[in-house]
Amino acid sequence: MRYAGRIRTAVIIVAFGLLELLCRTGVISGFTMIPPSTIAGSLIEILLSGRFSADIMVTLRNVSVAILAAMLIGPLLAIILHQVPGLRRILDPLFATYYAIPVYAFYPLLMVIFGLGDLPQIAVGFLLAIVAVLINTLNGLDRVPPVLLKVARMHRLGPVATAVKVRLPFAAPYIFTGFKLCVAYSFVGVIGAEFITSSRGIGYEISYAYNNFDNRVMYPLIFLILTIATVINMSLYAWERKLLARRSSVS
Amino acid sequence: MTAAPAAGAHASLRDVTRIYPPRAGRPALHALGPVSLDLARGEFFAVVGPSGCGKSTLLDVMAGLVAPSAGTVTFEGKPVYAQVPDGIGVVFQEDASFPWLTVYDNIAFGLRQEGRTANEVRASTEFAIDFMGLKEFASAYPAQLSGGMRQRVCIARTLVLKPRLILLDEPFGALDQQTRLLMGDELLRLWRETGATILLITHAIDEAAMLADRVGIMSARPGTFMDVVSTDWPRERDSTIVSDPAFGLLTSRIWTLLRAESLRSMGHK
Repeated sequence: MRYAGRIRTAVIIVAFGLLELLCRTGVISGFTMIPPSTIAGSLIEILLSGRFSADIMVTLRNVSVAILAAMLIGPLLAIILHQVPGLRRILDPLFATYYAIPVYAFYPLLMVIFGLGDLPQIAVGFLLAIVAVLINTLNGLDRVPPVLLKVARMHRLGPVATAVKVRLPFAAPYIFTGFKLCVAYSFVGVIGAEFITSSRGIGYEISYAYNNFDNRVMYPLIFLILTIATVINMSLYAWERKLLARRSSVS
Repeated sequence: MTAAPAAGAHASLRDVTRIYPPRAGRPALHALGPVSLDLARGEFFAVVGPSGCGKSTLLDVMAGLVAPSAGTVTFEGKPVYAQVPDGIGVVFQEDASFPWLTVYDNIAFGLRQEGRTANEVRASTEFAIDFMGLKEFASAYPAQLSGGMRQRVCIARTLVLKPRLILLDEPFGALDQQTRLLMGDELLRLWRETGATILLITHAIDEAAMLADRVGIMSARPGTFMDVVSTDWPRERDSTIVSDPAFGLLTSRIWTLLRAESLRSMGHK
């Protein structure tokens, strides 16, 4: 492990140790927080009992659908917008201010459109995620060196083949940044929407436990989300590093 | 009406001009011409000229990457217009290797694009890798190579398709002098062994004089040919000819023709 990694691990261990100590000595009240060891124990118990398995599966499925939809539709829309500069100029102000718009404000409208099922939650996750993919993909496409497009023409590639074989591969590191944000925004969108109006899912169960002062459920579920999001992001980060290593000079 | 290309010419330009239309508040730019040129099959022709004289535009027009504003371009008797015809390969000045592909996959790119069989792709790619001395680097990515090696990858990617006309746009412009001389030797070897016609755009007089059978000297923008000088070098030649007294006379003659135009392009009267 590198020096930075050792420091990072030490900071996490110390922080958890301190929290454990403060909880165990009563400095932090049991109504506010439970010790990390109890959180871990409760989480194992929850997972083994299968008590929230259905909720966990629903949330993970909805987040996955939002992620996949954003990852597929985002680059496709970016390619179209890149090819139609007039349309892009019209939509640019929307992209620039997109994250200033609270997507949750549209939740009632999404319920009217998609009904009471899982679709409104998926829609919120998707709406938060797609623009991150779109903007980053456009950024990557803007940076394709003209000489590579000349090479594509030399090989008589049509517009679709040029997009698939030259533009998108070149833009891959930028698209990957979009994908990382997409994963984070999808989690935020779906779980946040479950908090508002839902009768199942991890977000709903956290909200239910919070309203009933049930810290032995609320904290383990929060910890579970944190773990899942961290594992996914660390995997993407490792993949991204591998991808970028090919493009950086060894000298 | 434009005159017909010379009989037997492999590639021809006839009264070609290229005017870039006004854009973003900038006026129209007359970049090239009118120029006429006939390249004989198997000839090595170099073009030198002041910066911004339209050399690269000439190459783009001949390759079919850019449409001429007037005049005609023909390759093997067929018109070329805004589309690169089969049989023409281009090597650019900038690094045009695909950074996401290995050396092998970069070189095999065009063959796969043409739908060749896996065996054909392997055989041709391995030959090109060997020919360009890239065997040790077949699985490396371009970022792990020097500028000269990357340019070899680009040349191999073009060469593997067996083009009958190779257009090179200042391919060694970013390389140091020693590497340029050695790459020049490799280019001469490639030219002899493939029998391809070569059009080389360069800003280096010595490079043009060393490599080419004929050197076209262009005026300042809009570029036209002021003169075409025959080098009379034997086909079997390499970079050692730079020590030949005739080489000095040749470069001196080209420079004399070019000096006034270069000063003009820099704003001197």
